[in-house]
Amino acid sequence: MKVLKGLYYSNDHEWVKVEGDEAFVGITDFAQEHLGDIVYVELPEIDDEFAKEDSFSVVESVKAASDVYLPVSGKVIAVNEALEDDPALLNTDAYENWIVKIALNDKAELDELMTSEEYEKFLEEEA
Amino acid sequence: MTAKKTPLYDEHVKLGGNVVDYAGWLLPVQYTGLIPEHEAVRNAVGIFDVSHMGEITVRGKDAVAFVDYLMTNDITKIVDNQIIYTFMCYPDGGVVDDLLVYRYDNDYLYLVVNASNSDKDYAWMLEQKGNFDVKIENISDSVGEIAIQGPMAQKTLQKLTDFDLNKVGFFYLQRDVIIDGVNCMISRTGYTGEDGFEVYADNEGIVKVWNSVLEAGKEFGILPAGLGCRDTLRFEASLPLYGHEISEEINPLEGGFKYFVKLDKAGDFIGKEELNKQWSEGLKRKLAGFELIGRGIAREGMEIQKDGVAIGHVTTGYMSPTLKKTIGNALLASEFTDIGTELDVIIRNKTVKAKVISKRFLKRK
Repeated sequence: MKVLKGLYYSNDHEWVKVEGDEAFVGITDFAQEHLGDIVYVELPEIDDEFAKEDSFSVVESVKAASDVYLPVSGKVIAVNEALEDDPALLNTDAYENWIVKIALNDKAELDELMTSEEYEKFLEEEA
Repeated sequence: MTAKKTPLYDEHVKLGGNVVDYAGWLLPVQYTGLIPEHEAVRNAVGIFDVSHMGEITVRGKDAVAFVDYLMTNDITKIVDNQIIYTFMCYPDGGVVDDLLVYRYDNDYLYLVVNASNSDKDYAWMLEQKGNFDVKIENISDSVGEIAIQGPMAQKTLQKLTDFDLNKVGFFYLQRDVIIDGVNCMISRTGYTGEDGFEVYADNEGIVKVWNSVLEAGKEFGILPAGLGCRDTLRFEASLPLYGHEISEEINPLEGGFKYFVKLDKAGDFIGKEELNKQWSEGLKRKLAGFELIGRGIAREGMEIQKDGVAIGHVTTGYMSPTLKKTIGNALLASEFTDIGTELDVIIRNKTVKAKVISKRFLKRK
């Protein structure tokens, strides 16, 4: 189970990669493996605003649709359009293929997330 | 109540199956992955544990007459070793279950029913027995069953038996076939749209057959296949799933299965009067196939609208692994079921455009 260092992680298996006042958000390797073959990704619009823990995307496997939750509040400034034509990219590399880029509302919210070490421990306990 | 294990439970665990509770049974949704398993069945061979299915026998001199009275299809038309697909209905035409009737001989019928309905079916049959001279037995707990499906299914199974499988035609059965030393009843039937066999044996024997088939199928690329691809395969093949395309509320005519409802067969059957009435008056609702034009995947339960008015709902929807299209079945007000009709599917509060297409999703060679 791949866990990248230097990222923040949520209980729902999303990751956040901070770059100044902006961040990339995606789903973890654990999440993509659990979902199975991903066949569809629903992306939000640019300028959509979300509160912490709002559902901002839906990732679908053949069998089911799963909400993806934003670990920190923010406004969407970019979406990964490659996922529209090739949703399986999330299976190929869950860290390389981000879902959205957001402008962070409140960087203090990052303190409520897990570090990569904490997430690794979390996976050991949960899995 | 804890979920039940089939005789093959330990094998699923050994194979790394993702086991879930399905209708009170512990069965794998998938082993390697839904899509590879689905593709294995379409292109090579897959093996399913279907031991959870129910088996009910009807024996006695009135066996055919009794079962013909219970069923929409004409049970008097099949010969020894032949199988017929049929619905068993309530007086209002709603479906108790869809099932297969295997005719062993005139006095011995073997019914294979949905796992989720087996207790209900058995109770219903006992209730309807009346003065028919028959003995009805629910033997589900003592029968194990597997399904071997795909273009290489016959080649795989033939390696394990001296019996010439070419002798078993489509929708025919053969009893006492020895498969790798195990006495089995086999039928050329299935729920995938591919060629294949269903194999019945006792609980101990089915484990041996399962492992023998997995070994024999290795050279063809056999995969153990779970409940996940079982549903995508049957959906693509236009086969109904009880509770979705047919149910206590959705009758077989609405589902588009009139071929299996012999409205003018000689014998009476439960629901005959009501179904005849609905047919002659014209059905108010019908099942239609549809394809999404906009982005998204339609899922069962989603509402269908036309010009902002609700006209029906999705009964099954998928991103079809074989066709690679987002398609589905929907129960709609009849006036909207012509091919080409444009519809709106409500997907999580978004309106997504769709159009009615033929329910025959797979084009067979």
